[in-house]
Amino acid sequence: MTGRKSSSKGWLFVAPVVALVAFNALIPLMTVVNYSVQETFGNNVFFWEGVRWFTEVLNSERFHASLGRQVFFTGIILLIEVPLGVAIALTMPRKGPWVSVCLVMMALPLLIPWNVVGAMWNIFSLPDIGLLGKTINSLGIDYDYTQQPVSAWFTVILMDVWHWTSLVVLLAYAGLCSIPEAYYQAAKIDGATPWAVFRFIELPKMKRVLTIAILLRFMDSFMIYTEPFVLTGGGPGNSTTMLSIDLVKIALGQFDLGPAAAMSLIYFLIILLASWIFYTLMMKNEAEE
Amino acid sequence: MKIRTWIVPTLYIVFLMLPIYWLLNMSFKTTNEILGTFTLWPQNFTFENYVKIFTDPTWYNGYFNSITYVVMNTSISVTVALPAAYAFSRYRFLGDKHLFFWLLTNRMAPPAIFALPFFQLYSAVGLFDTTIAVALAHSLFNVPLAVWILEGFMSGVPKELDETAYVDGYSFWRFFIRIFIPAIIAGIGVAAFFTFMFSWVELLLAKTLTSVAAKPIAATMTRTASTSGYELGLLAAAGSLTIIPGAFVIYFVRNYIAKGFALGRV
Repeated sequence: MTGRKSSSKGWLFVAPVVALVAFNALIPLMTVVNYSVQETFGNNVFFWEGVRWFTEVLNSERFHASLGRQVFFTGIILLIEVPLGVAIALTMPRKGPWVSVCLVMMALPLLIPWNVVGAMWNIFSLPDIGLLGKTINSLGIDYDYTQQPVSAWFTVILMDVWHWTSLVVLLAYAGLCSIPEAYYQAAKIDGATPWAVFRFIELPKMKRVLTIAILLRFMDSFMIYTEPFVLTGGGPGNSTTMLSIDLVKIALGQFDLGPAAAMSLIYFLIILLASWIFYTLMMKNEAEE
Repeated sequence: MKIRTWIVPTLYIVFLMLPIYWLLNMSFKTTNEILGTFTLWPQNFTFENYVKIFTDPTWYNGYFNSITYVVMNTSISVTVALPAAYAFSRYRFLGDKHLFFWLLTNRMAPPAIFALPFFQLYSAVGLFDTTIAVALAHSLFNVPLAVWILEGFMSGVPKELDETAYVDGYSFWRFFIRIFIPAIIAGIGVAAFFTFMFSWVELLLAKTLTSVAAKPIAATMTRTASTSGYELGLLAAAGSLTIIPGAFVIYFVRNYIAKGFALGRV
């Protein structure tokens, strides 16, 4: 962003984007803010409630439970997907005819509609007619994701690893491809161990893309709705009900607009805050080096 | 050593393909076979499920609707993002950094938050149950993404290109369309790929904003799954067909996929 000339023409060019996004973001967001401080009994009659819904949501056990499940889910998938993605990217061929094959096949899960991903895993994991469910059960492990919370969690996490690890792979791979061959030759002459090559050449080069990968995976997994909804419907019981599923249940299912709106704002703020902290830390880290 | 490095990506790809294989497997089975026995491949191979989808308008219209709004969204997002990305990459103006961050925050907003307000907003402006409503709604997260990717590519083009063109007497728009756009064509491809992808896979907003006339294929599937009980074969066939557009698009941009996010500025 250096060396740009100062010009108010800039605003002219961004005007269409601002208009479009403002229509889509500001009006709905104001609606949400509006609902979050009022009570309604229908007929468009509203009563001022102040911060009542916010304190109610923040103190409700239901919200704590779904937030807890959400944090647990996001934490686990980040712990699995990031190292796994890096490992796969490191072992992928860098040139030759197999590169395209690998990239195309790995990118495939990213382009399947999310409800199809859910439906696919639903069928794949059924204990009686699904390949995964049948295999696990034939190993002597009692597995049924529609009945047991542990099985449901295992399936939801495995589905997300299946669905999104490729994004980490693609990004890490892009970082690796930008390393000049000369670096590796120099490392070879110095007699560097594979670990040293990874730690001092490959990891620093992947840092930027990995930041993007972790940010994207954090944001998207924190907003996850469709895949677990189609797979388990948030069940059995509420065991896989994460924030978005819970929110839609309250807003569109029970039509409790006030609490739903307050929960929406708290939810959004958590994502913004976490992304901002993570981003600032990474940038600070980068500036120090 | 050589064998060892091959094992990891190969196992990973096998893992990726298994659920897809199972979906395809189911789609060629009859309902009786699916519910009756556990078979690794179809014993009574049938196209019945696919025939149903291609002959029943409620099914094939779903595909038309989905493709319509995805293409509309991709064109809208990339078109409005082009000048904006140019401004972020070339000019300094009041509040530019804040504006850029504000745009990105929209990518961080959970669609679940917007489901109800979007329903009310698009009903109020009379666009409920149209494909354009879904296309506009998806631009909430796709426009910021397109701006972000394009800005990264544009900043990689030296500013001397712009200056030389002015010296040569090009007007701004002539320069932009004739010289600048061809110079970042790969970036446009990548931006189009990602906007296509996120619009194609999203369901929550698409489902909320449509009822009958503009119902996306994904919504047709969920409604079938919930109303007519166990039509797994049909569901599997419909699901298998939704993989095709994605596979088609990936093939075209396979050399650029990895670069897309890598060049974007955070």
